[in-house]
Amino acid sequence: MDKFGMHSQTEQLHARHIGTGNADTTKHQWLTNQHRDTLAHYVSDDSLATYISIAEGESAARTKFNMLQRMRQPCGPPPAQAAED
Amino acid sequence: MSDNLKAQLEAERRRRKELADSSTGSHSLSTDVKFDTDIYNTSDKFAGYDMSIDTDPTQDTVAPPTGRFGITAPRELIEELHGEGAEDDDDPFKALQRTRGTNRVIADRESDYQKRRHVRQLSPERTDSGDGGVSYSEAMRKNQLDREKADLLAKIKKAQDTAEEKRVAGEPLQPTKRRWDVETPVNPSSTAAPKRNRWDQTPADVGAVAATPRRNRWDETPQVASGGGVAFGETPKRVRSRWDETPVMVGGSAAIGFGATPAGNIGMATPSAAQMAAGTSILAKQQPQGQPDAMEARNLFQTDEELDSLLPKDGYAIMEPPPTYVPIRTPARKLMATPAPLRGSDGFHIPEETRHVDFDIPKEVPGVGALPFFKQDDMQFFGKLLDGQSEEDMDLAEKHERQVLRLLLKIKNGTPPMRKVAMRQIAERAREFGAAPIFNQTLPLLMSPSLEEQERHLLVKVIDRVMFRLGDLVRPFVHKILVVIEPMLIDEDRYARSEGCEIISNLAKAAGLPAMIATMRPDIDHVDEYVRNTTARALSVVASALGIPALLPFLKAVCMSKKSWQARQTGVRVVRQIAILVRSGVLPHLRSLVDCIGHGLDDEHLPVRTATALALAALAEAAAPYGIESFDSVLKPLWLGIRKHRGKGLAAFLKAIGFIIPLMEVEYANHYTREVMVILIREFQSPDEYMKNIVLKVIKQCVATPGVPVQYIKDEVLPEYFRNFWVRRMALERRQYHQVVETTVELANKVGGAEVINRIVLDLKDESGVYRNMVMEAISRIVQSLGAMDIEGRLEELLMDGVLYAFQEQASEGQVILDGFGVVVNGLGTRAKPYLQQITSALLWRLNNQNPMVRQQAADLVAQIAPVMKSCGEDELMSRISVMLYEYLGEEYPEVLGSILGALKSIVNVIGMTDMQPPIADLLPRLTPILKNRHEKVQENCLDLIGRIADRGPEYVSAREWMRNCFSLLDLLRAHKKAIRRAAVNTFGYIAKAIGPQDVLATLLNNLKVQERQNRVCTTVAIAIVAETCAPFTVLPALMNEYRVPELNVQNGVLKSMSFLFEYIGAMAKDYVNAVTPLLEDALVDRDLVHRQQAASAIKHMALGVAGMGNEDAVLHLLNHLWPNIFETSPHSICAVLEAIESCRVCLGPGRIVQYSLQGLFHPARKVREVYWRIYNMTFVASQPALVAYYPRIENDGDNVYRRYELDYIL
Repeated sequence: MDKFGMHSQTEQLHARHIGTGNADTTKHQWLTNQHRDTLAHYVSDDSLATYISIAEGESAARTKFNMLQRMRQPCGPPPAQAAED
Repeated sequence: MSDNLKAQLEAERRRRKELADSSTGSHSLSTDVKFDTDIYNTSDKFAGYDMSIDTDPTQDTVAPPTGRFGITAPRELIEELHGEGAEDDDDPFKALQRTRGTNRVIADRESDYQKRRHVRQLSPERTDSGDGGVSYSEAMRKNQLDREKADLLAKIKKAQDTAEEKRVAGEPLQPTKRRWDVETPVNPSSTAAPKRNRWDQTPADVGAVAATPRRNRWDETPQVASGGGVAFGETPKRVRSRWDETPVMVGGSAAIGFGATPAGNIGMATPSAAQMAAGTSILAKQQPQGQPDAMEARNLFQTDEELDSLLPKDGYAIMEPPPTYVPIRTPARKLMATPAPLRGSDGFHIPEETRHVDFDIPKEVPGVGALPFFKQDDMQFFGKLLDGQSEEDMDLAEKHERQVLRLLLKIKNGTPPMRKVAMRQIAERAREFGAAPIFNQTLPLLMSPSLEEQERHLLVKVIDRVMFRLGDLVRPFVHKILVVIEPMLIDEDRYARSEGCEIISNLAKAAGLPAMIATMRPDIDHVDEYVRNTTARALSVVASALGIPALLPFLKAVCMSKKSWQARQTGVRVVRQIAILVRSGVLPHLRSLVDCIGHGLDDEHLPVRTATALALAALAEAAAPYGIESFDSVLKPLWLGIRKHRGKGLAAFLKAIGFIIPLMEVEYANHYTREVMVILIREFQSPDEYMKNIVLKVIKQCVATPGVPVQYIKDEVLPEYFRNFWVRRMALERRQYHQVVETTVELANKVGGAEVINRIVLDLKDESGVYRNMVMEAISRIVQSLGAMDIEGRLEELLMDGVLYAFQEQASEGQVILDGFGVVVNGLGTRAKPYLQQITSALLWRLNNQNPMVRQQAADLVAQIAPVMKSCGEDELMSRISVMLYEYLGEEYPEVLGSILGALKSIVNVIGMTDMQPPIADLLPRLTPILKNRHEKVQENCLDLIGRIADRGPEYVSAREWMRNCFSLLDLLRAHKKAIRRAAVNTFGYIAKAIGPQDVLATLLNNLKVQERQNRVCTTVAIAIVAETCAPFTVLPALMNEYRVPELNVQNGVLKSMSFLFEYIGAMAKDYVNAVTPLLEDALVDRDLVHRQQAASAIKHMALGVAGMGNEDAVLHLLNHLWPNIFETSPHSICAVLEAIESCRVCLGPGRIVQYSLQGLFHPARKVREVYWRIYNMTFVASQPALVAYYPRIENDGDNVYRRYELDYIL
């Protein structure tokens, strides 16, 4: 029935691409994914990482390490459920 | 009618009348029935029929299988049928139905071996803790008992046999074995459901597994308590009446039609088909509700007067009922106990029960809705849904069970949409239902004897989906699932096999290796060879799913098993199956696998040795050309083995050697080949086909290895080989035929084609047609791969002579001779020149032949050899042939006409348009009417020819003739075959190019107005092709002008052609974007959904074509019109819109799309959010890294840091 519909492959899609969302995605989840994508991009792009390390006055390796660390909770802990609703 | 019969009848009627009068108020059977005598001749109605029916309520009537037809035939015939070969009710039409594809019941095409699956039981589920189910140790113990029993039975059988032999020796006049001789089953499990007939002894449980012996409907009705029989002391034998044969719909205790189905013990957790049948008495319940009056008339007590009139006066006394006697007052029980005829007592009717029940079968099941069909057999499984109980007062488990049943019914019998929904529901709610309800309903269904392929596929799919959701909850059911799925691994259908593989590998992943091993361990040394075989296959699937190293320790232990040789054999078979399954994947584990089975070559049991050799062969085949070092340890035993063995064992060992030799180094291969060849040559003469096949295979393998010298093969092998294998007998069997041809081609590759062809060329004139075919196939394959350079002089003449003879003598239609002729002539090339004259005259003569097949073959041959004739410079001959072909264009047989057209096409191709005889100007007008022919082969060849002429030599034909062609081509646009439609569309392109697009386009645009959709679709494609071949500017103005016609079909057609057009012209579209934008804009704001959909697909192709060409402004403009359509719900249009948006992303960059989608990601309405997230996801998946720069700037919120500060760094 729902071959082309809304929910046909969403589950698979989520499993394969973490950054995708659905109607129930919260702002925090969405932004966390954005930040992770962004940080991953900085870390994987050498020239960007160098640029940031110069701006921060850190070694390139330290900057990359910091950014990797931040990827755990880039936006801080998720807000309480009640506040979200 | 004879007079005395009439008199008899008269007397009978009078007697009855008296009887009825004497007992007033009683209900006699037939006397008070008044027929319309002018319609029914009642006088002879009851002649020859029994007028009394046994209606002893205590008797347990055997219900005949439902769904079978009632039999009306002379009893002798029926009994003859059922006395001898009744157990496999062979329907001669079943084979026919299978070939036509109308009968897809799996059980009907199974071989005897495959049928053994019905003997297996669905065992109760296994538990490790031991509560409720059967534990591992119990399973092992049961297995042990089975084996001992089988041993014992075998011993008894042996003892009986020897006794028999002695007896036979003593008394030569041995009575022929009759059917009532009690047989001792040879294999207890294979004869688990022995057929009984009434002369058998009291049933002693002979079968190891059979719980319910198979009965047939002629059996004596089992008497529970024959209390009534005492009264009729002198008639102990029950009177056989006509009613015995009539199917009576009672929920009987035995299911007869399902004799082959394992009827499990009642203790079994899963009710089997038979049990369910026994338990289900809906039919019986339904039926009395239908005829209450009839029932009552039938079941009234007999009054004393009636009894008095029935029984003799003296010799009987009326007894007082015992004081404890209480008559049955519950009417329901009475109704159930008495088999009632479906029609009342108002005379005799032709029994129509089965058909009647068919009509009774509900198309509508409560809670399921209307079903396309509901088979009689479904009643057993799904009858529960029909009992009309409300689910209010059921407990949860029962509710779940019913829900599962309902879903399964929808999946099995429902329409595709129903099925899809049900499939999703059952998968999604699998954990909620739990494993037990689902598997307990599904697995018995899969064992049902009337299961069809499609149903099996669907149910297996259910199991797969459910298993995925259940995960390790599936463990208790592993064995049951295996019992059901394993037979699929040896199915003849390839897809069923791979389906089975998939399920078992998923099962292994869900249940885990320990569970799988624990479950399958008892089956490894099962008494039944069938079980061991399927288990081995299943284990190999497990190994490939979970990795060979994981299973290796277990396999090692099994192959070392000291307890039983069956276990060792199974272990070895597992290795063989692994090799077959994973092919070169065995390489990393080759040594350990070989070590694991290697010692089996010295096993004391021949089956183990044979299996080991076969496993080694499979391993070597899978590992080729690597891994010889792994086989070092087994070379010697193999070597000794081929000297020690004979028969099947030797064949296996030879096979192993044959597959190992190609892995060896050159000199070793040479040595071993010489050694083994002696034995091979000895076995050339073996009459055993299995041996022959293996010998051929080994020869093929050995010859292909580089180390074997050519001279040796020529001297030692070839003479014997051709003497033994190139004989007529070999051509008779299909498999050997192919093997011999393949091996011969391999030999030719080694020793050269001429050497081999020289030996068989004379056989081309053999009198056996099949054998000539075989020779021809070998020659043509040799010439194809090696060329004909070494065929010279006398051999060349012999060959051409033989080929011509074979061609002229061929009786059957087939490609072999024809292709062979073509290959040989093409192989000879210019050297064929001397023979062409002869060939041509043969062809011309045969083109004139009366037999259409001969004409067709001749034309086909012309098509094949035309290029050679050209290269030999025989244009003269070719012209003669083509003129002849031209004259035969009036051919009436379409197949032949198609071939003639093909031959003409081939000649036109090589000769060219200018030199063609007859001239093109004459040829084409003859072709135009042929286009109207409805035969596909004719259409295709004719179109090809016309297209070729339109492409190469359009100037030879007048424009008007081409236009006439165009009109004929329009009809071909709706041909069934895609190749024809494509050829027609391409031809439009050529013609348009030849005579200019205007006229063709006008024709096509007119065609957009027709009603038929297929025709319009093809027209749009043709328009697009014309635009592509003649440049878009010649077509687009007219096309866009056509859009002004206020007619839906035309406008949609225009949009569709644009869509195809932009698809074909690609980047060329950049010049036309601005021109078509207003049109597309208009279409996108149209009320008609299809307009917008077509416009979207046009935009999709256009945006993709012009990406990076500087047309962003126009595309963005169109995107703005496209965007409001994202809330479409129709599948096709939403698909088109989303694809168009994706194309726009490619053209405009992902940033733009993300900006557009941001507005709805957190919209208050869920419906809006869903669509916007979908677009966002689409964009995200396609170009995630690019999005980093386009994410919106979001301010921090309390504890959460949402700003991305790094983006603000400025150096």
